Amino acid sequence: MLTYIIRRVLYSIPVLVATSFLIFTFVSITGDPLGRLRTNPAITREELHSIEHSKRLDRPVIVRYGYWVRDAVTKEFGTTLFGNQKIWPELKRVMWHTVQFIGSAIIISVLFGIAIGVYSALRQYSLFDYTATTLSFIGFATPVFWLALMMQVLMVQVFLKWHIRIFYTSGLSSPVNAGHGFHFFIDRVQHLALPVLALCALSIATYSRYMRASMLEVLNSDFVRTARAKGLLERRVVMRHAFRNALIPLVTVVALDFGALFAGAIVTETIFTLDGMGFYFINALEASDPYPVMAWLMVVATMVILFNLIADILYGVFDPRIRYD
Amino acid sequence: MTERSVHDPTLAVAPPGADVSVQPSLPGDPSELTYQYGLEVQARSQWAYARRRFMRHRLALGSLIILLAIFGCGLFANFIAPYTYRQINLQALSQAPSAKHIFGTDSAGRDSFSRVLYGIRTSARVGVLVGVLSTVIGTIIGGLAGFYGGWIDNLLMRLTDLFLTLPLLAVLLVAAKYLGHSTPLKLALLLAFLIWTSIARIVRGSFLSLREKEYVEAARAAGAGDLRIMIRHMLPNTVGPIVVAATLTIGTAILLEAVLSFLGFGIEPPTPALGALLNEGQDQGLDKWWLVTFPGVIIVVIVLCINFVGDGLRDALDPTQRRIRA
Amino acid sequence: MPDPLLSIRDLVVEFNTEDGIVQAVDGISYDLFPGETLGIVGESGSGKSVSTMSILGLIPQPPGRIVRGEALFKGKDLLKLSKKALRRVRGNEMAMVFQDPMTSLNPVLKIGYQIGEAIKTHRPDQNNAAVKKRALDLLKLVGVPNPERRVDQYPHEFSGGMRQRAMIAMAIANEPSVLIADEPTTALDVTIQAQILEVLKKAQEETHAATILITHDLGLIAELADRVVVMYAGKVVELGDVSTIFASPRHPYTVGLMDSLPRLGGDDDWLRPIPGQPPSLISRPPGCPFHPRCFLSQGRVRCREEEPLLRPIGDSAHLSACHFAEELEGRTGHLVEPVGAEA
Repeated sequence: MLTYIIRRVLYSIPVLVATSFLIFTFVSITGDPLGRLRTNPAITREELHSIEHSKRLDRPVIVRYGYWVRDAVTKEFGTTLFGNQKIWPELKRVMWHTVQFIGSAIIISVLFGIAIGVYSALRQYSLFDYTATTLSFIGFATPVFWLALMMQVLMVQVFLKWHIRIFYTSGLSSPVNAGHGFHFFIDRVQHLALPVLALCALSIATYSRYMRASMLEVLNSDFVRTARAKGLLERRVVMRHAFRNALIPLVTVVALDFGALFAGAIVTETIFTLDGMGFYFINALEASDPYPVMAWLMVVATMVILFNLIADILYGVFDPRIRYD
Repeated sequence: MTERSVHDPTLAVAPPGADVSVQPSLPGDPSELTYQYGLEVQARSQWAYARRRFMRHRLALGSLIILLAIFGCGLFANFIAPYTYRQINLQALSQAPSAKHIFGTDSAGRDSFSRVLYGIRTSARVGVLVGVLSTVIGTIIGGLAGFYGGWIDNLLMRLTDLFLTLPLLAVLLVAAKYLGHSTPLKLALLLAFLIWTSIARIVRGSFLSLREKEYVEAARAAGAGDLRIMIRHMLPNTVGPIVVAATLTIGTAILLEAVLSFLGFGIEPPTPALGALLNEGQDQGLDKWWLVTFPGVIIVVIVLCINFVGDGLRDALDPTQRRIRA
Repeated sequence: MPDPLLSIRDLVVEFNTEDGIVQAVDGISYDLFPGETLGIVGESGSGKSVSTMSILGLIPQPPGRIVRGEALFKGKDLLKLSKKALRRVRGNEMAMVFQDPMTSLNPVLKIGYQIGEAIKTHRPDQNNAAVKKRALDLLKLVGVPNPERRVDQYPHEFSGGMRQRAMIAMAIANEPSVLIADEPTTALDVTIQAQILEVLKKAQEETHAATILITHDLGLIAELADRVVVMYAGKVVELGDVSTIFASPRHPYTVGLMDSLPRLGGDDDWLRPIPGQPPSLISRPPGCPFHPRCFLSQGRVRCREEEPLLRPIGDSAHLSACHFAEELEGRTGHLVEPVGAEA
């Protein structure tokens, strides 16, 4: 098992290198960070050249890539192109907020998705099943950002009519008077509730559909028939035999969905003005600053790879047919 | 009755009329008789099955009708829309839905319903264009990878894997920023070149398994070239899943276009787009709920219908899927 | 003649499918006597598996439906039992071995656990050590080598033949009075088939269980069965003891089955399949279901319009569902004496 993990980690390094190189080249060739400055008549050509030189923008792409890699590894991703701010401390800070956000979303959507999927499969064609199926389909068709917007609209209407705030529509915490300990926690929950809900919707729809399909398939399998033929209690057949087997494909589904959660985070954090990685990314992109964008992509890629590795190991835990030695 | 040698290898079953005691003594082919007496299992052609199954899928049928209606409205927006996209009516600023403006108006007095209609047209155009383009790209690349295998397959799969580690939206945003996204055509090209991977995967998988089939070997033995085999033998057998995937890709494209436009990295005003409408709606204040609700509802309905149609097509065309019906 | 252990009368089972209602089992009746091996023979789709699975309640009730019939087992009608009571019979007094051991065992649970489950669910008073020991003993009985190690392994670590042995061990764990083996060797290599047959025989000896052996393989019937039920299109077409059936079959389908077997050393040039296709089981027209493929029928009106009932031929133990069964008098099956006659 250990060799498998080491092998996977080693394999991901060239992947990261290749990805970073491709994107860096792409960004460097197609983008001109100083574009806006060029159109500004107040800046002379000599000033432009000296800026270019100091930022190394006049060197060939390969060299610049080399500098970037050096900065990334040794100087914690270096500094931003404009303003020379250190990238890593900022990134680390917003990363923690996003982890809270995405983490809660994953836990909630996995729990609810599995529960709804299993129950739908057990009560196939019931009212619950039809409702859950309909809602899932609507969930697949609903853009995350629109759902977020509608929730905000709803809260605004509630506030206008009844003058209370149940959930907040922006920010991570109340700017004043957030409190400590438990109060802080509640305040955070109130702020994160809507974004997490918006993010969960699509994931719950996905997981519940897969779980339902997987469960139905397993319930019709031969070994479940054997379990029933042995005279086992139906509850035992469902939980011990069917459920455990039906859960296995879901590990892959959740792992593949992880990247999509980051995409959702970009959107939701922008709408709810949450101080997280998604918001950071959009701002850096709009500012045409390639270095924070690269740093962000590398961090996310690493997290996705890590998550997939954990998922694969879990898969081996759940399914004894897969063993990595 | 011609004499056949006892060692004739082509004879496994007794020729008709030979002295075999268990031959039925009724005239005619026994299979015919079974049919005549109403005992045979009815055989149907593949297309008849497919059509019958699709028609039975009432949801898919209804969704197709609704979808065509909505797209039709968008296509003929010029004729249907009561106002133009930019027409300003200073008497009616930021009004809630009413008889004259069924979707309300925005802060510049523009009729929301008309704007949504034009937005539908743009979304439909982008969606279909992306669907077609990505299907073509994905089929070619996936087909080559699946058919030739080996290093081509490896290379292509590694390439697509590279982009799997990054969230699609992030890559799209970077690409949009640096390649330009202002016109619908540019955006469509952008989207198409980044979402063909799912179709490629399907075609690759199909071709990989079809490669082992005997009729491919037979065709090769008969002297058929690679291209001919791929087009005449493998592609027709993959058409079902391709059509389903292409349909669903249109829905995905519409959703992505909406997100990109909303974030400001997609279609920009004054070109009408549903995502841009939502962006403007948000800017103008969340208390004016009609600006944000209706464009979004339309997006949901469009994508929902596309998904149902795709589901119906999958039922009808993809024989590997088995549905458990009561 | 002792009382039958299991008595099935006029069982009708249908399935609701998107093409219509399929009559999988259309009024069958047979008995099972203690200690005997009853073979059920038929093609795929003849209803042989459905008949046994339905009495154990293993047919999902939508889309399946037990329309009518009774299945008397030790004085109780299995079809009228509550779910709870039927569950207590399954795996306990009546057990089943299925066709494909690869998919019939749960891949994520250890073999020992799965066997132990069968025991614990019907004998909850047994402690874990006793259960484990019984599982080991069962594995030894069915001939799994190295049972101490094997009991903690997963199904994918077993070979096909060993898995089927484990399935049989699981089935006889609670010493059932009736053991139903549904195509137990069909999914296995021919060489393994013989071994599994031996295991089945041994299992029968140890438990004194009556066995229902469902198969399409006449060779198996010849080896193991005492009496035979021949099924076609959801109906019983012939019933009798094995030597009578093989020596003097009295239904054209049975004759056709036996004739269709290729044999070594004969001077036949061609195979003799039964011509035609099995009928659709949806909304059948009246008359005998076999007549379009029947060499005896000769197009006679009675075959087309009147459904033949199962009736005794000669002595009462041999039944046939053919209007003209007597015309098969003197006709023997082409096979040599069944091997089982020596046993």
